[in-house]
Amino acid sequence: METQSLIERNEARFVHLENIHQMFGSGSSRYYALENVNLQIAKGEFVSLIGHSGCGKSTLLNIVAGLTAPSHGTVLVGEREVTRPGLDRAVVFQSHSLLPWLTVLENVRLAIDSKYPSKSRKERNEEAMRLVEMVHLTAHAHKKPGEISGGMKQRVGIARAFAADPDVLLLDEPFGALDALTRGSMQDELTQIWEKSRKTVIMITHDVDEAIFLSDRIMLMSNGPRARISEEVVVNIPRPRTREGMLENPAYAELRKKLVHTLISTGHARKAAA
Amino acid sequence: MLLDVKTVKDVKTPAASQPAPSGPGEDFDPERAERRRQAALTVVMPLLAVLVFGFIWEAYSKRAGVTLPGPVRTVTESWNYIAHPFFDNGANDKGLGWQLLYSLRRVGEGYALAAFFGVLLGILIGRVALAYKALDPIFQVLRTIPPLAWLPISLATFNQANPSAIFVIFITAIWPIIINTSVGVMRIPEDYQNVARVYQIGGLRYFFKILLPAAAPYIFTGLRISIGMAWLAIVAAEMLIGGVGIGFFIWDSWNSSRMADIVVSVIYVGLVGLLLDRIMAALAGLFGTRLD
Repeated sequence: METQSLIERNEARFVHLENIHQMFGSGSSRYYALENVNLQIAKGEFVSLIGHSGCGKSTLLNIVAGLTAPSHGTVLVGEREVTRPGLDRAVVFQSHSLLPWLTVLENVRLAIDSKYPSKSRKERNEEAMRLVEMVHLTAHAHKKPGEISGGMKQRVGIARAFAADPDVLLLDEPFGALDALTRGSMQDELTQIWEKSRKTVIMITHDVDEAIFLSDRIMLMSNGPRARISEEVVVNIPRPRTREGMLENPAYAELRKKLVHTLISTGHARKAAA
Repeated sequence: MLLDVKTVKDVKTPAASQPAPSGPGEDFDPERAERRRQAALTVVMPLLAVLVFGFIWEAYSKRAGVTLPGPVRTVTESWNYIAHPFFDNGANDKGLGWQLLYSLRRVGEGYALAAFFGVLLGILIGRVALAYKALDPIFQVLRTIPPLAWLPISLATFNQANPSAIFVIFITAIWPIIINTSVGVMRIPEDYQNVARVYQIGGLRYFFKILLPAAAPYIFTGLRISIGMAWLAIVAAEMLIGGVGIGFFIWDSWNSSRMADIVVSVIYVGLVGLLLDRIMAALAGLFGTRLD
């Protein structure tokens, strides 16, 4: 009973951000980006961070990734403190960040080679091919990133992240650079992949519908400087979700209204401050 | 046929903007004809320029007191060298082909050393900030030294002609390689470095999968600049050290007043230099434009 509740408590705060402060620069050019951010994410939970551009969402994600060291505060992932980047926290970058001189398969294999250095070359190739297949790019496996579309590139980025078999998946506005139609189909694909793996996910977005469709919880961030998490919204739409199902759910309209309203009012506050 | 398809693509709605050309038949394509004309001009115009230059040169050489032979005399006087590039009568008495190959070999050796150490040093100062701080000021001074100023120092060091010439090539060619490589390494996009950090691509894998391909366009720019400088330096260096090689051949011809041979050699030197530059440009294109 005792250990059971301990495990439950650990699983409930699988990702644990405590008193995160972030400052950039020094002296008069010092910028106070994040102030006292606290966040707890359960294992297997899909959480979105939403806010206006420049509010420090990406900074927060980089802190969890270990790419940026916070000025103050600690990040724990599965009870271990984050001090540097690692395969347990795979990132899907906004700008896809594929290596243009490697093929789709080779880009995915980079992560596989790091994850399973002792496996044979053949096994690693097969694993990479399996992930390329997961994002439906088998026909393009031997093409270079320059030869495929923006949506396909982002799918390679997702395959690369899943290749690391991470504890936490960090998505930095993964579909921000895509057109609306491609974005929709990418979101469908991501939910399908996620339903199978049930990975813990933190996603940055500024798209309200995307956040509702994909997340269990949505965290709203206030505008910088001194940005913080201003509001938390739980998405009570049952899974597995479909786009039609979501649109028909009365909870959707209410959530959307609430989120848009809050975003608009913080937008006004920013304009007034500027 | 393939070419035709491309041509159609390039046509800027000719029917709308201009009336159909009258005269040469139904399938007359003005765009294609224009391209053919341009291609022909690319060949004809330089030939015309050479011809005009040849006439002026011939006319000038006919003036009283001018020792420079005209094109006609150049060809007749050094026909032996033009017709037989690969004769070998022992010692220095070799055909121009041999002379050029000996020079190319020296350049090749010095240049290969420069490429190897240049890329290594470039990566070192591009990666390690302290190494950059320490070495960059020294490199900035050394790179402005004219190639021939190194020759006495290298002769004193090596006590032999051939290694000295190779050293002069090495020291001439290495600076653009070092500088371009280091810039290429310093400018590896942060995106790629983040990928390397998140996906734990370190050590040799970082070197071969990220660093070298990312810096390749810069490295090849350095290599291309260097090959030109190396070829410029070899002729001067060989004039001073003697032996077989196109540089000393020119100097020897001057001492024996064989002006026609000098003119032929100089033209060959230019053509070989152009060839070297084109080879490096092709290599740079091959490795440099792999990035999109």
